[in-house]
Amino acid sequence: MNNSLINQSFIISKRENRPALLTYTVAGDSTKKKSLEILKSISKYADICELGFPHNTPIADGGQIQTSAYRAIKNGIKINDVFSIVSKFKKLRKNKPVILMGYYNMIYQYNENKFITKCKKSKVDGLIVVDLPYPENKIFASKCKKNKISFIQLISPTTSKIRQKKIINDSHDMIYYISMLSTTGGKLKVSPKKIIQEYQNIKNQNKSKNVVIGFGITQKTIKLLKKADGLVVGSAICKEITRSIKKRQNVVTNVTNVVKRLKNKIK
Amino acid sequence: MMKLKKNIPLIDQHDRYGFWGGKFGGSFIPETLKKPVEDLTKEFQKLRKNKKFLTKRDFYFKNYVGSPTSFIKLDNLSNHLGGGQIWAKVVSEANGGAHKIYNATVHALICKAMGKKFIVGDTGAGYAGKMLSMAAKKFGLKCKIFMGAKDIKRQKPNCDAMRKNGAEIIPVYSGSQTLVDAVSECMRYWVSNCDNTHMCVGSTVGPNIFVKICGWSTAQISRELKSQIKKEFKKIPKKLKLINCVGGGSSAYGFWSEFINYDKKQIELIGVEAGGPKKSKLHAAPLSRNAKIGILHGAASYVCQNNEGQIHETESISAGLDYPGVSPIHCFLKDTKRAKYTYATDEEALDAFKMVTKFEKLNPSLEPCHAFAEAIKIAPKLSKDTILVVNSCGDAKKDRDILRQRLGKY
Repeated sequence: MNNSLINQSFIISKRENRPALLTYTVAGDSTKKKSLEILKSISKYADICELGFPHNTPIADGGQIQTSAYRAIKNGIKINDVFSIVSKFKKLRKNKPVILMGYYNMIYQYNENKFITKCKKSKVDGLIVVDLPYPENKIFASKCKKNKISFIQLISPTTSKIRQKKIINDSHDMIYYISMLSTTGGKLKVSPKKIIQEYQNIKNQNKSKNVVIGFGITQKTIKLLKKADGLVVGSAICKEITRSIKKRQNVVTNVTNVVKRLKNKIK
Repeated sequence: MMKLKKNIPLIDQHDRYGFWGGKFGGSFIPETLKKPVEDLTKEFQKLRKNKKFLTKRDFYFKNYVGSPTSFIKLDNLSNHLGGGQIWAKVVSEANGGAHKIYNATVHALICKAMGKKFIVGDTGAGYAGKMLSMAAKKFGLKCKIFMGAKDIKRQKPNCDAMRKNGAEIIPVYSGSQTLVDAVSECMRYWVSNCDNTHMCVGSTVGPNIFVKICGWSTAQISRELKSQIKKEFKKIPKKLKLINCVGGGSSAYGFWSEFINYDKKQIELIGVEAGGPKKSKLHAAPLSRNAKIGILHGAASYVCQNNEGQIHETESISAGLDYPGVSPIHCFLKDTKRAKYTYATDEEALDAFKMVTKFEKLNPSLEPCHAFAEAIKIAPKLSKDTILVVNSCGDAKKDRDILRQRLGKY
């Protein structure tokens, strides 16, 4: 999958001597229409857009993303709406990679094969399934690969060296390194220096793999991690959506400004 | 076809990925928890073969939990209803007032063995939390209990006990503010603190290893029952029915584990889920009301959910049964047809409470009242030589406010 959109966006950012910026928003937050508008607008600055398909029992997400997910579900988002958001987005920005992220039960209920077919149809580039770890995800991951969808493996600080090796070996375009022991949106409790060290260890195992860092990254911390191939910001964006709604301000403008500032910090 | 194996404990009848019958259970966990779950799995494998550990467990079961709990005939109730003989295994006599003490004690011992000083757990009715707080205090561990805000309100006596034992109660305000959210939040906490903290899952649910540890702990109930039955009847009776309420399913598995090998014509296993209020569409009965298989809290099981896979809100008068999922081992027992599952409504459970307390010196909490409701329903139709044993697995002290409100008295 060398010429995949995900790979290409890493090549471009490398050429510009900066990490790729990955944003995470929840599909349907705050409404179906708004989430598409947000996506369109932030994609001016984001290199890769992660889009969450919300689940109401998210065991690895912190408060900010939970709030976004509950809001989206309350507003009636369905899986098919998620796909239609991606489709519409991809029609406008056909070169911008989109990664869907969520929990396995949603895929299981939709049916694995049907889900992958639908991903392909709507031009989804990658998938992150939070609670389908390695090696249980092997069959699903290879199905994804056959359909030119990149299955993104996660590595955490608790992942042993041997396991790391196996995961990296079986990974596709991108590997997601979880910065610390935390749910999403936790306060960064490990020093950026240490995180980069760990990141480097993973990187050293196979330099050709793109490794991104996520969890706990905000406007304050992003600059210190800019050595990475890519950086994911999610909760900080979801938080801005919640704040803007509360203050009755323009969500799209505010969120875009946050993403723009994040981008400026790593340029 | 899905089949039970003879002579292997049910908790060990899973494949290498942790699935019973190829489809129930497993470990659907975030990457961060892979290592701690693996460590715990190894430790448990080691400990359950370790003679010293087993001696320690048996010592605490006897001297701390108070094993064996009594096995009594409910003469007045049986005479009143006619038909089969109703017996009760009064597990609520155990220290703390419910079967949850077995799992809590074992988890505290494992936590100590692993050199961790902090222990966290979830709770619905508050018994799992209360017992964990007791065990933590006993073994010198720092304890946090996650509990839905709605449950904190309706199970106050158990909350008071937890605080008295020095545990911190973390109220959970997300979702329906009940057990399902407490378990999620507890898992989130563990994701963030798994380096120094041990997690106890309060029932036979969650990732494979937690199902196993809990089942291994509560199995003590049926070991006791088996010898008590043999002593009472000289042999295992020809017609025996073991009736137990099922929320997550820890007390039911513990009550049944020694009897699963028997022919179901001789020993029938009946699980009673929470049917919720008579007039409500909501319930907490995934097995008996045919929910689809889904993934909840790290395991595949029958789950109350919508077509999309969003977990349904549940409703039950009994906080301990108010859970949308159920143990994978009960799903396995259902699909192999070894156990039969039904449900009782809130109203039926309350009626059962009234009847049992009227005729007997027994004070079953609303959870086992679901099982009593089934016994009361079927006993009159059964022959005199049929023995029905109900696991009276919890004490109603914790339900004082609900009972006062619904029945006008406690």
